[in-house]
Amino acid sequence: MDTESTYSGYSYYSSHSKKSHRQGERNRERHKSSRSKDGRGSEKAVTIQAPTGEPLLGNEATRTEEVQDDNWGETTTAITGTSEHSISQEDIARISKDLEDSVGLDCKRYLGLTVAAALGLLVFLTPIAFILLPPILWRDELEPCGTICEGLFLSVAFKLLILLIGTWALFFRKQRADLPRVFVFRALLLVLIFLFVVSYWLFYGVRILDSRDRNYQGIVQYAVSLVDALLFIHYLAIVLLELRQLQPVFSLQVVRSTDGESRFYSAGHLSIQRAALVVLENYYKDFTIYNPNLLTASKFRAAKHMAGLKVYNVDGPGNNAAGQSRAMIAAAARRRDSSHNELYYEEAEHERRVKKRRARLVVAVEEAFIHIQRLQAEEQQKAPGEVMDPREAAQAIFPSMARALQKYLRTTRQQHYHSMESILQHLAFCITHSMTPKAFLERYLGAGPTLQYDKERWLSTQWRLVSDEAVTNGLRDGLVFVLKCLDFGLVVTVKKIPFLVLSEEFVDPKSHKFVLRLQSETSV
Amino acid sequence: MSYIPGQPVTAVVQRVEIHKLRQGENLILGFSIGGGIDQDPSQNPFSEDKTDKGIYVTRVSEGGPAEIAGLQIGDKIMQVNGWDMTMVTHDQARKRLTKRSEEVVRLLVTRQSLQKAVHQSMLS
Repeated sequence: MDTESTYSGYSYYSSHSKKSHRQGERNRERHKSSRSKDGRGSEKAVTIQAPTGEPLLGNEATRTEEVQDDNWGETTTAITGTSEHSISQEDIARISKDLEDSVGLDCKRYLGLTVAAALGLLVFLTPIAFILLPPILWRDELEPCGTICEGLFLSVAFKLLILLIGTWALFFRKQRADLPRVFVFRALLLVLIFLFVVSYWLFYGVRILDSRDRNYQGIVQYAVSLVDALLFIHYLAIVLLELRQLQPVFSLQVVRSTDGESRFYSAGHLSIQRAALVVLENYYKDFTIYNPNLLTASKFRAAKHMAGLKVYNVDGPGNNAAGQSRAMIAAAARRRDSSHNELYYEEAEHERRVKKRRARLVVAVEEAFIHIQRLQAEEQQKAPGEVMDPREAAQAIFPSMARALQKYLRTTRQQHYHSMESILQHLAFCITHSMTPKAFLERYLGAGPTLQYDKERWLSTQWRLVSDEAVTNGLRDGLVFVLKCLDFGLVVTVKKIPFLVLSEEFVDPKSHKFVLRLQSETSV
Repeated sequence: MSYIPGQPVTAVVQRVEIHKLRQGENLILGFSIGGGIDQDPSQNPFSEDKTDKGIYVTRVSEGGPAEIAGLQIGDKIMQVNGWDMTMVTHDQARKRLTKRSEEVVRLLVTRQSLQKAVHQSMLS
């Protein structure tokens, strides 16, 4: 075990690609646990039967097991896992998905943006055009209008300015997500604005341009009315797009399919796609990071439970598949095995081991931090030893805690989330801000939310929304939709917040009177 | 009136028969009771033994049916119409005395002076 730990220390320095690093880790898991001798007949059959597809299949099958049978050396070829540039099948799937997703949908997003921008520009320039066209076209025939018109010009100018600022504040925000379908409300608003402006232009064209109206004040007032109506449409946009969703009406329960971790979020009247967006935004900061290494044990146990049973058809040919499987399930349920015992002792042992390693780690880190002392400004010239910046200080104390930290991370199966570089950076960060050893360790002792880790380790960036209703429908009670990522899914159930009846009860502060009831006297 | 645990309680009692007076729609007896197994016996001013949780007469109203019948303040009520009153809660005692269906209650009461009087007569 000693040699193994130094080997894994070197791997942090190496310049392997991240994917092969993960691959290498899996193989180290297999090396470590080759002691156990459980054989699984069904798994062995798969790997022997398909030798040609074997390099990739071997990855899939052996990736999921922690405990090896003794013949694993014969059934896996040398290509898998030991070469430095191997890519597993799931990574191929991921790469291809990334490629195809990034190209196709950009056009759709930009189309929507350009349409909205063009419409906005048209709408903004329309009142200006209304005011400017008559003087340009028939200046001589226009009646002069004095202060009233100037007042109206000012009001048009300022209202347009307010409209501009309001539109910038509301709509010119960087789009945070790429949603599958169009926003219904936004589309409706764009259509409304378009129809509105078109009808104004129509009236303008017919009544004013054609007939060369002379009443300039009337024309300017027409333009002012347009701007007023635009401000009201802006108000409508705020209410529809922003305010309506604020009041919480539904409660979304989000359950992760792999380990059952669940959270509740509040939402207002949103469409399904926007609710999905809310869930995803909160997922990255609330849920602990998805760790595939923690999930393999239960599948292995279940497979072992069913693996020893074989079905023989004694009554002659007759493909009673359903009956066979039911018989197998019943027999497996009745079988008296002691896997619950194994699970209990295994978990107790694991707990003990984790606690021991954690104690060693905490002590090692505390001892390491004692050596670091912050130097005040005036002492800097007459320091006893050499003066270091945080990075060098971190590098100086890191070796004394490195081994304990590594062993702990390996026991809790988090080692692939933290590279040596990231640990050193975090250590330098903690030293700079005078944090205690406990504050430094907090990040490693438990799994944190996904945002805490590097983006390459997330394993979950592309999401698919699976729902049996149209995603632009609003939320309603009892709706269920699923957000699927490559490795796991988030099942979201919508529940309505109940209608609360709150009634009032007035209690006079003077009515709080008490008496000691030790010897009561009743008159009869 | 002291009692030895495990031995039956013995006391010299006097029979008092009270005819309830109708006042409006209530039948009143004209006295107040205190004590009971759910009350604090050390607060009882009339009991000789401060752990006695029996029902005591704490007040007798002037000219009421109880005074006419001869009930005195400080009496311990042992029985009401045959129902025992030495081991009852305060509320049970009140209920037994104020039954609307009964117009007459026959109490067995005991007091210190009775005990002394019997002693005197035995000695002499």
